Amino acid sequence: MSDDAPYYPMTREPSCPFAPAAAVRTMGPVGKVTIWDGSTPWFITRHADQRALLNDARLSIDEKRAGYPHMTPGRAAAAPHIPAVITNTDPPEHTRLRRTVNGPFMVKRVEALRPRIQEIIDSLVDDLLAGPHPTDLVQTIGLPVPTLVITQILGVPYADHKFFQEASHRAISHDADPSDAAAAGRGIGEYLGALLTKKIDEPADDVLSEMGARVEAGEMTFAEAVTMGGAILIAGHETSASMISLGTLALLHNPDQLALLRENSDDPKFVANATEEILRYLTIVHSGIRRIAVEDIELHGTVIRAGDGVVFELAGANYDPAEFPSPDRLDLRRAARQHHAFGYGAHQCLGQSLARVELQVAYGTLYRRIPTLALAVPFEEVEFAMEGVAYGLKSLPVTW
Amino acid sequence: MRIEFDEPKCVAAGQCAMVAPDVFDQREEDGVAIVLDPAPEPSQQDAVREAAAVCPAAAIRLVEP
Repeated sequence: MSDDAPYYPMTREPSCPFAPAAAVRTMGPVGKVTIWDGSTPWFITRHADQRALLNDARLSIDEKRAGYPHMTPGRAAAAPHIPAVITNTDPPEHTRLRRTVNGPFMVKRVEALRPRIQEIIDSLVDDLLAGPHPTDLVQTIGLPVPTLVITQILGVPYADHKFFQEASHRAISHDADPSDAAAAGRGIGEYLGALLTKKIDEPADDVLSEMGARVEAGEMTFAEAVTMGGAILIAGHETSASMISLGTLALLHNPDQLALLRENSDDPKFVANATEEILRYLTIVHSGIRRIAVEDIELHGTVIRAGDGVVFELAGANYDPAEFPSPDRLDLRRAARQHHAFGYGAHQCLGQSLARVELQVAYGTLYRRIPTLALAVPFEEVEFAMEGVAYGLKSLPVTW
Repeated sequence: MRIEFDEPKCVAAGQCAMVAPDVFDQREEDGVAIVLDPAPEPSQQDAVREAAAVCPAAAIRLVEP
């Protein structure tokens, strides 16, 4: 590691926990970072550059290529064994694969789930208000909401949530030992494989059954269906859980914005826009999205050579003052729709529409139903969890 | 304004249908975008510009006079 290529992922400033690490903004637009294996991929932080490059066919997401800047040692070890799925293929193969798994995440289908998601959140808030306080919002609301939603959509028994919450955290955490991460990944695979077999025999109205039907029709392999099921399960809960808990902390830290949101909770347009700004402001995925150059690319006078790794820091784009003036200000009225919190390009988050509905319902309900919601500890004492692919909170003690 | 939609590039993220639901929809079977109105009325044009801007695959091109 050198001063020219700081270690990545970077550590946020404890005094300013929501903003990207200072180095993200002080580096030039085409920087370098040092990652866990000692390699030094390029580091792209500006909104306009990310938009241009993340749709550029000279960059590939094929993690089987030598020199790919893997996220973790576990991921590097697993990469050669992962079948072709949406997370490791480029267009046009990617386009075909994505269209086969996209159905359940269509805007209309997730909108149809809104009443059910509202019921889930209302019922959790009922339990919260009936229980003791202070309480931990991560355990009572943040984690259960996305876990209940994604298990219902996928068709996974909620009773097993402790197993896969724990296994998925171990499978993707930065501080996980590679053999432990691999064991956790295998555990999820075996679990979902058994469940998929059951769904093929006795289909229900859920995504695993839908994928089971595609396996039977020869449109995808059994291994692909298990890999996709695992990706949906993992991606679908830790991220949304973090957004609910961290979003609440950010709002409690910006009481004028919290008041504004509470007053406008019955205006779906306001809540939708506020959700985009909270997504931008928090940009919880802080491990970068990663590609490898397959041809030389010139950018701002620098040449990225074929075979070089490239890391895109999403918070850099979302705090780029050229795109978002005064980016450190949480401003729920700001036009923030073009943020990169879900990434950008053909690989932009598959579950983004579902995440939006979950977050809109959570942010539109929590502060309206608990208008006196307050932190039960000083802000400085709230414990962050920084080691995951996305950052979050270990706990959020609240009272009312 | 005229909409040119590059269907092979579409990754079916549905952002256009969310931002401009009167002009874009998603195909039932796979979510690929459908242009309902390739020459949208002025009242729709701001939403259509936003849809083009947020399309992650840059599959929506606008030809403006």
